[in-house]
Amino acid sequence: MFDIDRWNEIWNALAKNKVRSLLTAFGVFWGIFMLIVMAGSGNGLQNGVSEGIAKFAANSAFFWSEQTSEPYKGFKRGRYWHMDSEDLQYLKDKVPEIEYITPKNFTGRFGSGSNVIRGKKNGSFNVKGDYPDYVKIDPATVLKGRWINDLDIRDKRKVCVIGEKVFESLFDPKENPLGQYLKISGVYYQVVGLIRAETQININGRTEESISLPFTTMLQTYNMGNQVHFLAITAKKGVPVSVVEDKVKEFIKKKHSIAPTDVQALNSVNIEKEFKQMSGLFLGIQILTWIVGIGTLLAGVIGVSNIMLVIIKERTKEIGVQRAIGATPRVIIGQIMLESVVLTTVAGYIGLSMGVGLLELVNRIIESAPTQAGDRPFFTHPEVSLTVALSALAVLIIAGLFAGMIPASRAIQIKPIDALREE
Amino acid sequence: MIQISNLHKSYVMGHNSLHVLKGLELDIEEGEFVSIMGSSGSGKSTLLNILGILDDYDLGTYYLGGKLIQGLNETKAAITRNEMIGFIFQSFNLISFKNAMENVALPLYYQKVSRKKRNQIALEYLDRLGLKEWAHHLPSEMSGGQKQRVAIARALISQPQIILADEPTGALDSTTSFEVMDILKEINDQGKTVIIVTHEHDIAAMTKKIIRLKDGVIEEVIKNGDLQLFKDRVRTE
Repeated sequence: MFDIDRWNEIWNALAKNKVRSLLTAFGVFWGIFMLIVMAGSGNGLQNGVSEGIAKFAANSAFFWSEQTSEPYKGFKRGRYWHMDSEDLQYLKDKVPEIEYITPKNFTGRFGSGSNVIRGKKNGSFNVKGDYPDYVKIDPATVLKGRWINDLDIRDKRKVCVIGEKVFESLFDPKENPLGQYLKISGVYYQVVGLIRAETQININGRTEESISLPFTTMLQTYNMGNQVHFLAITAKKGVPVSVVEDKVKEFIKKKHSIAPTDVQALNSVNIEKEFKQMSGLFLGIQILTWIVGIGTLLAGVIGVSNIMLVIIKERTKEIGVQRAIGATPRVIIGQIMLESVVLTTVAGYIGLSMGVGLLELVNRIIESAPTQAGDRPFFTHPEVSLTVALSALAVLIIAGLFAGMIPASRAIQIKPIDALREE
Repeated sequence: MIQISNLHKSYVMGHNSLHVLKGLELDIEEGEFVSIMGSSGSGKSTLLNILGILDDYDLGTYYLGGKLIQGLNETKAAITRNEMIGFIFQSFNLISFKNAMENVALPLYYQKVSRKKRNQIALEYLDRLGLKEWAHHLPSEMSGGQKQRVAIARALISQPQIILADEPTGALDSTTSFEVMDILKEINDQGKTVIIVTHEHDIAAMTKKIIRLKDGVIEEVIKNGDLQLFKDRVRTE
């Protein structure tokens, strides 16, 4: 196998037709290169997206009310309705599978003008009413101060937690926002915390551009009665979110006199389902990558097989002589298979290295690109795992063997006399 | 060394069958120097191929060195060829990208002799044929006579019992032809059986026994003593 004569022979066979060997090798090179680049890009996309949502509670579901679409119990269709604070305890009692349940209310940005003022600075931001438990569903990093706590809720304190963009536009960079006051829609609130979102899932506006008030404070200050705009729920461990989702819908509809068959009145998003869909999408991308990659590779391998046939045709006499002076069929087959494997493996290895090199380059460019606060690239760490690289290499060697099979069997069909007779 | 009896061989070409060898009987003793002659179509190439285990035969028996050569598979045939027969071809058939030494060493490569050892042996054989200085030259850098001497060295290196030469002088001028024949004679003097196929009478006349084939059977065997007679006849022809 490692006899120098053997390698000498391979080298000579390939070097005899440099251009043709190169073009053939390019087919394999391109196949594996594409495979690696595509697999890496798919991974990059997946990494980018899942880093954006990874920390979000996967076992969560969200609910919000819409107009009813069916008449029920004397109410006509098209009725506006709201969930209310009483629903929280009601749901906790009726649906024991619930782990956390938090309401969330919003005040719109009034018109196009600014709703938040601090001294001479002002801005237009989303204002949300939140519960302490909300960060257990959509985690946030507290950069300064704290998040809303139970005392804020109980005492309806006029405090607020701001996002990074809010800080940037209303404060000087070196200023400490804690203890400062913001006038939000005419009412003053003391800043108690500065947060940064850990996910890229945004509910009614990005967290960076949002101000969170204690839920109870918001109800009272903005005259919302006991309305609840939005409900976030997580399921206990081991319970599928869809089970909780269905139960919550059932009980809410019952309590608010909505037809059980009304699909429009209570809207919901099931994150678990979304995650599943997403991973399905990525699986699809991966499968496509391999199909296209293997297809391209196959074309390259067929090229190798083809050139090996040509080489054998040209070397008919040489093979005949070798057989006449004692080369067994095994020697000849081994030689041709090895040539084919060497050609594919070398070409493939170059393609593999260049593919990985390109991914690394792209990764460096992405990482060195300046990113704004909270702006994560949707495409990060494009890379292929060692497993993929190794299996690609294994595929190459196997492909090389396959490519050599037809030419090798053709070569041993050459009878020494026929080869020698060709004068 | 070689005992052939009732040898039949026919080639099938489409619907036609060409009966080439028709019950050939042949005995060649060890140490003989034999030439096989015959016009084209007489079956001499076929006979040579069968002698060289390059081709199988249909009927009869062929013993080589006491061993029945019949229905061997390719692997066994290759090994037998490698061990028992040295081939010399008309067009030399050296491997173009191997130098003289590597070409000579090739049969030993198939015997799995180590590179160092087989190259050393190859050098000895090249030296015997006066080509030591050419050991590292490629065939393309050598003259026809030199190439044929390399081929002879290659045929000898596995120490076969018989040397089969197919028109060994066919591609050479007459001076070189006689040189090559001298070498073959020398090899024969050292006790090896040498069989050459040729259509040149003066080359055949340098061997010790001439077998003339015609239509698939032996027409005439001219032995040592009668060679002078044959030579005279050649001159008049």
